[in-house]
Amino acid sequence: MSVVSEITHDQLRRLASKGMREDGRAFDQARKLTVERGILEMAEGSARVRLGETDVLVGVKIDVGTPFPDRPNEGILLTGAELRPIAHADFEAGPPSEDAVELARVVDRGIRESGMLDLKLLVAAPGLKAYIVHVDVQPLDHFGNLFDAANVGAVAALHCATVPAKRFGLGDDFPMPIAESPISTTFVKIGGHVMLDPTLKEEMVADARLTVTTDSKGDIRAMQKGLSGAYTFGDLKDCVQLARRKAAEVRAQVLA
Amino acid sequence: MSGDGVKLTRPDGLRLDGRADGEMRPLAIEAGTLRNADGSALVEWGKNKVFAAVYGPREAKPRHLQNPMRANVNVSYNMAAFSVEDRVKPGGPGRRSIEISKIVGEALSNVVFAEQFPRASIDIYIEVLQASAGTRCAGLVAASVALADAGIPMSDLLPACAAGKIDGRVVLDLSKEEDNFGQADLPMAIVPKTGEIVLLQMDGHLTPEELERAMEMGASACKKIHELQKDALRRRYAAEAIMSGDAEVGQ
Repeated sequence: MSVVSEITHDQLRRLASKGMREDGRAFDQARKLTVERGILEMAEGSARVRLGETDVLVGVKIDVGTPFPDRPNEGILLTGAELRPIAHADFEAGPPSEDAVELARVVDRGIRESGMLDLKLLVAAPGLKAYIVHVDVQPLDHFGNLFDAANVGAVAALHCATVPAKRFGLGDDFPMPIAESPISTTFVKIGGHVMLDPTLKEEMVADARLTVTTDSKGDIRAMQKGLSGAYTFGDLKDCVQLARRKAAEVRAQVLA
Repeated sequence: MSGDGVKLTRPDGLRLDGRADGEMRPLAIEAGTLRNADGSALVEWGKNKVFAAVYGPREAKPRHLQNPMRANVNVSYNMAAFSVEDRVKPGGPGRRSIEISKIVGEALSNVVFAEQFPRASIDIYIEVLQASAGTRCAGLVAASVALADAGIPMSDLLPACAAGKIDGRVVLDLSKEEDNFGQADLPMAIVPKTGEIVLLQMDGHLTPEELERAMEMGASACKKIHELQKDALRRRYAAEAIMSGDAEVGQ
């Protein structure tokens, strides 16, 4: 595990107390976001997202299988994340770490709970045959805030995905049925100060983390608080307001 | 969460199990229910039955995981094979259990004075014997009582409760049906002394106004749960005081 030096720790806290951050951003300012779509040939949908120096690849693969017994009329969404050593020295090969599990589940929750995919249109034969949509998150360079980068990557990759019906002898290929675009905004709290889109160093010294996922109406669809620090009710209210505003900007960029 | 077509409100306006919107399921907490563990608690909350056992502070193993500055607070949440309708498959924790263990451990780390025990671990085992929605909150409520029972120094006990939304209304403490067919679930844990939020998750659909109402509802429930936690510890140690008094007479 990486250790943050006392100097870095104190420096980020001192900066925060003056309303400043290590890279000169304001607390409510995200890093530059760029999204490339459809960059992989073997995937049904893909996107590469850069958020500052953070670089995340998301691929969508589609299979056919049996629907869940309690959801015979719906396709299946499965989201995974693997934190492989290429993206950071702390990441280890092997089964998904708890950080990878949490990342995948938070991204999954935003997509699922917002109703982003119209799963009813992903059934070929009710109770027998349905499409299984695998969304896999693969960070290439971890410089903080994998949550938001992976969320944007997943949304963008799904937007450009094609359902390969022909491959399975189920008629013509068709575009992924999309009904919503959930966007997450992640905050950290450092020495009592809340800031969004944390860098890796900010994540390492943060007391608490919060991810808020909103839909295109500005309603809240998923939240996840992490780390051992605490948020006040006032913090939460501010974060939700800011998340709604920021998500609208990001959504416009992702859908452009 | 998916709210299609299932009515969760009775004609008289109450919920299917007869509760009002702001009403919690019956909650009973008992401290010191296991003999081998250093601290333990049983929480029965509606149909949930959840044990928590605490071991430690003890030497953290393997040694490369020791932190020279503080104790590791580890939580392992597990559902018994017979705890839900479809048998839980063996083969280690699933992704849901891993996530719950992580966030419950992080929440508890906020109140445990881990810096008093460098290189140690405080190991908390949450075993869900019967599950009926709300097991992560039940587990956290049990774990913090078990930590106190083990004599681990803490700044506060940690109560937890979920609020949510059914049939378009904000309600407290979702039942199994409400969790399955409702529109939102919002588990939270709040430090009684400071009112700060140390565990928060949400899935479903809430407007900002509904979120605010749900948070208030959950926070006020946490206050009541905190009283029940303190009660459980008082009962446990009142009983112990009497027993040790008897022992002295016997000698």
